[in-house]
Formats: sequence, structure tokens, C-alpha cells
Amino acid sequence: MSFETVIGLEIHAELDTKSKLFCSCPTEFGANPNENTCPICLGIPGTLPALNAKAVTLVVKAGLILNCEINKESHMDRKNYFYPDLPKAYQITQYYTPVCKGGYVDIEAAGVSRRIRLNRIHMEEDAGKLIHLEADGVSLIDYNRAGIPLIEIVTEPDLRSPEEAVAFLIALKSMLEYGEISDCRMEQGSLRCDANISLRKKGQNALNTRVELKNLNSFKELKKALEYEEKRQKKLYTLKEEDKIVQETRRWEAVKEETIPMRSKEDADDYRYFPDPDLGPIIINDTLIREIKKNLPEMPVIRKKRFRELYGLKNKDIDIIVGYKALSEYYEALVSCGAEPKVGAKWILGSILKLLNEKGLKAEQIPIPPEELGKLIEIIEEGKISITAGQEVFSEMFRTGKDAENIIKEKGLSQISNRLELERIINSVLSNNPQSLSDYAAGKKQAAVFLMGQIMKASKGRANPQLANEILDERLKKGLL
Amino acid sequence: MNPLEMTAFEIRREIIEKQFSAKEVITTFLERIYEKEPLIGGFLTLCREEALARAERIDKKISRNEQVGSLAGVPIAIKDNICTDGIRTTCASKMLHDFIPPYDATAVKKLKEADGIIIGKTNMDEFAAAVVSAGMAPIALDSDAGGSMRQPASFCDVVSLKPTYGLVSRFGLIALSSSMDRIGPVAGNIKDCVITLEAMQGEDRLDSTSVRHSIKEDYMSTIENGIKGMRIAVPDGETAFSLKSCIEKFKEMGASVEDISFPMTEEALSAYYIISSAEAASNLGRFDGIKYGYRAEDFRSVDELIERSRSEGFGEEIKKKIILGTLVLSSKYYDAYYNKAQKLRRKIKEQFLRVFEDYDLVLSPVSPVLSDIYTASIHLTGVPALSMPWIESRIIGPHYGEGKIFKAAYALEQELKEGNKNEL
Repeated sequence: MSFETVIGLEIHAELDTKSKLFCSCPTEFGANPNENTCPICLGIPGTLPALNAKAVTLVVKAGLILNCEINKESHMDRKNYFYPDLPKAYQITQYYTPVCKGGYVDIEAAGVSRRIRLNRIHMEEDAGKLIHLEADGVSLIDYNRAGIPLIEIVTEPDLRSPEEAVAFLIALKSMLEYGEISDCRMEQGSLRCDANISLRKKGQNALNTRVELKNLNSFKELKKALEYEEKRQKKLYTLKEEDKIVQETRRWEAVKEETIPMRSKEDADDYRYFPDPDLGPIIINDTLIREIKKNLPEMPVIRKKRFRELYGLKNKDIDIIVGYKALSEYYEALVSCGAEPKVGAKWILGSILKLLNEKGLKAEQIPIPPEELGKLIEIIEEGKISITAGQEVFSEMFRTGKDAENIIKEKGLSQISNRLELERIINSVLSNNPQSLSDYAAGKKQAAVFLMGQIMKASKGRANPQLANEILDERLKKGLL
Repeated sequence: MNPLEMTAFEIRREIIEKQFSAKEVITTFLERIYEKEPLIGGFLTLCREEALARAERIDKKISRNEQVGSLAGVPIAIKDNICTDGIRTTCASKMLHDFIPPYDATAVKKLKEADGIIIGKTNMDEFAAAVVSAGMAPIALDSDAGGSMRQPASFCDVVSLKPTYGLVSRFGLIALSSSMDRIGPVAGNIKDCVITLEAMQGEDRLDSTSVRHSIKEDYMSTIENGIKGMRIAVPDGETAFSLKSCIEKFKEMGASVEDISFPMTEEALSAYYIISSAEAASNLGRFDGIKYGYRAEDFRSVDELIERSRSEGFGEEIKKKIILGTLVLSSKYYDAYYNKAQKLRRKIKEQFLRVFEDYDLVLSPVSPVLSDIYTASIHLTGVPALSMPWIESRIIGPHYGEGKIFKAAYALEQELKEGNKNEL
């Protein structure tokens, strides 16, 4: 029997605001535990929330980018449950009326284009973080995250494979980055994804029991967890043991590469949602929508098209460069500094990505200003230094932040194109390698390659290879000395 | 010159005129408190040192001929569910027995800015009125936290105003029923009530429910304008004797008083209980023994820590409210109770406000049978109401109708004073 996989995602993205959703505490990552807290986000008795207007603007922007309908009036609701990381014993979220409803994202996976519908986008606050010190038998609470503004994007069950789920998340992430809605750093938890997955017979319309997967912290884990769960459920259907598939939350264990049950539907809390009486309705008028629409940045799909037409880059390269907003902006800056589009792309896809990966840096952290890299490229193109030396200069620029000209001067890397100087180096190489000369005379032509290598070595790579080769050739043909 | 026999208004005036110092005022009131407290038990915390220190600062300002605020040197008692920076705020509950807020409620902050002096924190629920009545403070801040259905002020011979919901910031008032909780002044006379409200009312960006209306009205300048031409409604069948004499006075002063069939429904009580319990259940969730307040000693897990702390820390009445509130919000009963109550609330509000299209004020009794329904309706609709000691009645106004209420109440107050004198 053939099965169809049905997947829906719930994505939490941290909104890129300076302050928290209901107080003025900073949102920056990496502060000392409980440093970014105040009586309001700690839920100290008597305090009240006051909604961050920037957060509302960002949710509306996300809705417009993701083709949603914007609710002119929405509300914040309380989701009540007890947990030590939740200071007020309720999370302020949107249950009854989210800011955005509907919407869609177009994706491409395995060469097939599909439109994935969204159910809603709502705004809510994050909770704190528990740190368990097993050895001491205590748990500590860090409330820095409590009150950080999030959006939750919920899709319809439109995804049909783990690949599509990943393609969707990649597309969504890049749109949120382009919209400057979230910095989407999965490793810092500013983008988190839960997945609902069920299987059904091909052709069947009704949905079967679904399982919710949590702890999917990267694209890779999302794919692996979905593949694992797909296989697990398929096996149970095949064995006619589908009654073992129950509506539950399962946790992806990355180390063991399996999903394990966390809690069943029966254990689920009754969250007693009700409109938060501390906060009035959120009114979004047409003027605000118009204002946001007017300032929407270029989205990745459009940028890809523009890069193809304007710079003549290959689709594969465009996907990588445009895939990271900062990288595509760096690229455009580089080209506007005069770098030839294809040469510029080569540098980005080669040296820059290599070093970023090696150092574990993000595209927005490239330490070389684009105009400096542009200068280096110009120097190489003009033949002032060799490509090999160019690579060395680049690494040095990346490491020290110094500019190309200084490094070339300091390291004496400028190419030797002076004939007399080259002849002097070649003479000395030839006189030091009599054996190679006799080999060449005896017909072993590869001796010339060895000698060329020695010349480059003796010149510390600075010899203009074309000219050096020419002189060496002359010498060898002339009957040597 | 005895500040104990003066209004807050007079105390300030005499301090400015250097008839006595703010420090003398505080000392006098503290002595009064030490004398009366064993009988009344009105205070949970006294702020002797802080009050004396503030008094000295105000005296210094006056000696330097600096401007002082509208409550300069006036001792103020604060109900213990209103947060005071660095001063224990317990809600008279075991749950918060050791809670010291790191901030001032906005209302407290504003009173301090007006140079008022916090003299102590009063017990709950009726003691804010009791300490004013016993002369232990000329002014107190009360908050009918949607919990008590009683009208303590009317039994204590003091004036108490429940201002329009949203007029005074709730920031710093430990929430019970968020959509109904209000901070209001308690005083010995109308003008003191007015100066206290004027000092603390107004928009607060920390309270989103206060932002809707940003008036900063000066009631004092019009308070003596009288009530000629005012239209006052009295609900049908309200025949309390005190009300009758009150109606006569209003008529004598040129107001028209009419009997109306007031839209009153017993369901208001149910709506009130459902909504206030639901909000309380949610608001009180934060008292889990983890970050502040009472923590049970014996527990083996986080769940047990929370359960035991709450079981041991809360009183019986609050527990009942939490249980009821949890039920009416549960997904199974949400529509049948909470949602229905909210619909009813909107309906009651509409009907209530319709009355104010034709009338300036409504006069209603405090004590008889219907009283609870009135109180519930005032809670649900958020309209202002003033309880007056002399007539066992309540003047209800439209939203932000404090000005009208004060005019009528002040006229009545003066009239009755005159009357009393004549009788003497």
C-alpha cells in the first residue's frame, strides 16, 4: 500500500525588537542570567503589561510578506498554566483573534513548485529558561527570555515530505530575515520549529492521528526527525498496529536519532484561555498597513530574479548568495565597488564562505569591508600580485582587518615583473640545480616544471609566472648557460 | 490648632502658613495611631521613620519658600494591596507575609510627588475606611478589589469614591479582578476626596487600561457651582428614609429628581461573580512559592512545591474564588459561563449608560436588598460612585462623571452641615 505523508509546521520566531513585548527590558542575547529582567517581566505582584508597538508593526509586516489577511482588531489572551519558568503563571498570547490569518509561502522541493498555506500568525511572549544542576540537585531559573516577543506561524497540513518541510523552513527563514522581522538564529533559539506529522493512504482525504515533534533545532534535525517519524508510523500501519499511533508530543533525541514520547493528549493542560483584561484591543488601521507596505524590503524571490538578469549568475550560485540576506547585500556592495559580477561571485562562494565556515561566522560578520575586497580583486586583476599571493593577502585581511595594500607592502608580495630581476633569480636557481639541467638536456622535459617550481619558491611566489616561464624557456632552449 | 480636627486641605494650608510643621503633623497622627490602634487594629505596617524623614524634607522645602505639592505634609494611609517601594505589602495574606515591592504603585508615586506622606499600610478590607473614621489619617487609599461586596465607607462615616475604571492607574495594585479593580480615595469630607483624586488620576503608560482617557480635570474649581438644573434619577421602589430626605434637599437646591425604572437584573450578580473569579484565578496563579511570598517547607517536586505553597498560603475565600474561576474558564464551560457573563456585562453596560443619556446622576441606597446588585453593576460597568456617610446612599455618575458627582455631593454636604448647625 502506498502512503502519503502529511506535515504541518509551527514556527516560533523571535521578533527583532530592542525591548521586550510588555516592558522596556533589552532583548539582546548572551546577558548574564536574570540581567535583562524587571518587575514587569518577572510578574512581580501589581505590575501590568504594556504592549510594545514595534512588535505589532513587525507582526503586521510578517503578515504582509507572507500574504496573510490582517485582522483590523485583535486581542491578547492569557494561556494559564503552572511552570516555574512562567513568571505570571500565564503566557500572554493570541488564541481567539491573531493579528494575521491565512497566507501562504511558495516553495520548490525536488524540482516541484508548491504553495503551502498558512493558518495564522500570532504574537506572544516567551517564557524563561530552567537550568537543572543534576549534581547539586537544584534547578535555576533564568528569566532573561521571559517576555521576549515571538511570533508563531502555523501552517496548514500542506507539506507532503520531510524535504518539503525543510524547503518551507528555509524559504520562510529567508523571508523573515529579508523582512528584518527576526534574525532567525536557530542555534540561539530565535527560530524554533515544531512539526505535526501523520500518514494516510494515498487518495484519502481525512487526516489520521498526528504526532507532534519537538526539539528540532536545525534543518538537519527537522529532516531527520520527520524521516524517523515517517518510518515509524509507516511501519505501524504496515503491521496493522496503527492503534499504537496516538496523539502525543514526541521529543527528537538528536544523539540517539529517535523520537521518544513526552506527553499524551490526555496529559495536556486545559489552558483556560481568556482575553487579557490588562490589555485593550490591538487596532490596526489602513494607514499603518499602507505605511508598512510602502517600506517592504525586496523579497528573496525577486532578488534572485534580479541577480539572474542583472549579473548573469547561475541559479545554483544565486540560491546560495541570495539565501543569506547579508551575503547578497555584501555581494551587491562588492559589485558596486567595481568587481566584475562573476569574479565577485567566485570570491564570495569560494574564499569568503570557506573562511566563514572555518571560523563559524555569520554572513553579517564578514570582517573585510566590501570596498577593501574590491581593491584586492582590482590589484589581482591588474597583475600586481599573483592569484596565490592574493589568497594569502585575503586570509591576512580576514584575520587582521588590515587593508590589502599594507599587507602586500609588509609581506613584500607584489609580483616581480622586472626582467632583470627575474633573470637574476633564474640564474641562481639554474646554477643551484645542475642535475635538472642535465636531465632536461637528456630529454626529460618535466625537469622544466621542477625548475619553474624552484623559481617560484626562490621568489616567494612573487615571480610573474608568465614572464618567468618565458625566460626559463629561452635559457633551456639556448643550450643553457 | 489641632491637625487631628482638620481636613487634609486645612492641614496643608496651615503647614504652608507655618502654623505647625509637617513633622508636628506626623507626630500628632502617630500618637493618635498608638492610642487608637489597640482598639481598631487598622494598620499592618506603620512607616514611622520614613514618614518623619519625608516630613522633615517638606518642612525644609517650606522654610526655603519652595513650591510644595497639593498634599504637602498630609498623612495618608495606604491599603495593603497597593505596592509601596521598600515597604512590606502583604494583602493581609500569609501568601505575601514578607513581600517587599521594589517599586511604588503609580497612585502612590503621584501622591508622593504631591508631597503627601505615607504613614502606614492598612489591613484589608474595610480598614482603610476605619482608620480615616478613627482619625488616624485624614486620607486613605482604598481599593475595592472586586472582592468585597460590602460598602465599608458607609458604615464608617467617611466619604469613599470609586473612580471611573481607568481614571486612576492600577499599576502597583495587586490584581484580583483586573477589569474591575480600582483605587479610590477615602476621606472625611468631599474636598479631601477631590484633592486626593486630582493628585493621582490620569494616564499611565504602565497601565494600558488607563490610557483610554487622559483627562486631568480640575474638579475643585467647579465644586461650589451647585446643582441647579441637574437631572437626578432615583430607581423605582427605593423608599429608604435617608434617601427621601436627600431627594428633598436636591430638589430644594434646584435639581430635578425623577423616579425611573432602573435596568437592574439579578443576573448582574452572577456575571460579576463569574468574571471576577475567572480573573482572580488567573491573577493569583503567580503566587506559586517560587519567586516571592510564602513557600511550603516540605516538598519533593516542583509540582508539590507549588501545590503546597498555594494550599497553605491562601485563605478559604480566595481558594473558593480560584476554584470557581478555574471552572468557568475551563474549555468545557467557557461558553456557558465566562463568555455568557461577558455578553451580559456588555448588555448591562449599554442599559446602564442609556440612563445617563437622560440623567446626570443616579442616587441609590447603600444598604437595602438591591444594594449588592447595584454594587455588582458598578463593578461591571466601571462607572464612578461615591458613598456618603450622612445619607446612607451612593451617587453614581456616567464614565468620567466625577465632576458632577463631586458637585452634588459637596452641595449636599454643605446643606447637611448647615442643617445640623440649625438643629443644634
